[in-house]
Amino acid sequence: MFRPILNSSLRIARPTASTVVKARLRAYRYLSQEARSTIQKAIEAKPLVLFMKGTPDAPQCGFSRAVVQVLDLHGVPPEKLQSYNVLEDPELRNGIKEFSEWPTIPQVYVNGEFIGGCDILIGMHQSGELETLLENSNIIPKAAEEPAQTTSS
Amino acid sequence: MKPDVSVIGPVQASIEQKLTVKLSPKSLTISNDSWQHRHHAAMRAEGGGNGETHFTVNIVSDEFRGKSTMQRHRMIYAALSEELAGSVHALSLYTKAPEEVEVVSQA
Repeated sequence: MFRPILNSSLRIARPTASTVVKARLRAYRYLSQEARSTIQKAIEAKPLVLFMKGTPDAPQCGFSRAVVQVLDLHGVPPEKLQSYNVLEDPELRNGIKEFSEWPTIPQVYVNGEFIGGCDILIGMHQSGELETLLENSNIIPKAAEEPAQTTSS
Repeated sequence: MKPDVSVIGPVQASIEQKLTVKLSPKSLTISNDSWQHRHHAAMRAEGGGNGETHFTVNIVSDEFRGKSTMQRHRMIYAALSEELAGSVHALSLYTKAPEEVEVVSQA
């Protein structure tokens, strides 16, 4: 039971800088195995998982709102997206920060892998990386497969 | 409504000092955006916050060379762990290595 959780957590720790790995190992002390397991299930609930303040329809924070808007812009279908309102669950709010070693909300996961927060997501949106990631993760259809459409800004 | 943002509070001073020491930035601009966020549910619950809750950090450092955005953000978070555990609620980060700066339009 311990092994798969450990493995999948390390898989998320893809930035292989030794400092990051050290920080992650330190985090194991703070987060119980049970809490870790709950979060692992939560981030794998859907291909795209968003931990945010509020809900997609009623975000309670500008950074969470920005992430929802970017995902909306890319046409992420509701059935592929699971969002968690951390304001309703203080345990989750603290747990997810320790899990990812990332101190702020929102947090975005694609196929169980931590992608980043608001600034990173918007940066990826601007560079085109986000579209590629969403396409390659089968969250949105590949644009190239569609007939040429008029683009609206 | 907008307060005099040229006044640098103790938290902002601490952020500036720590980033300067740990990342030897080529350039570092910190702006306090807290006044724009006082209406937030979380800030209202704290009586509007202490006026030092939200910052934007623009930083250029050699230390970022060859690192992903996520790694850069983690470096900042590591340097500012005390501030983030305290009053700081949100940081907007713009992290660049020196050779990436010219590409960015000066906003």
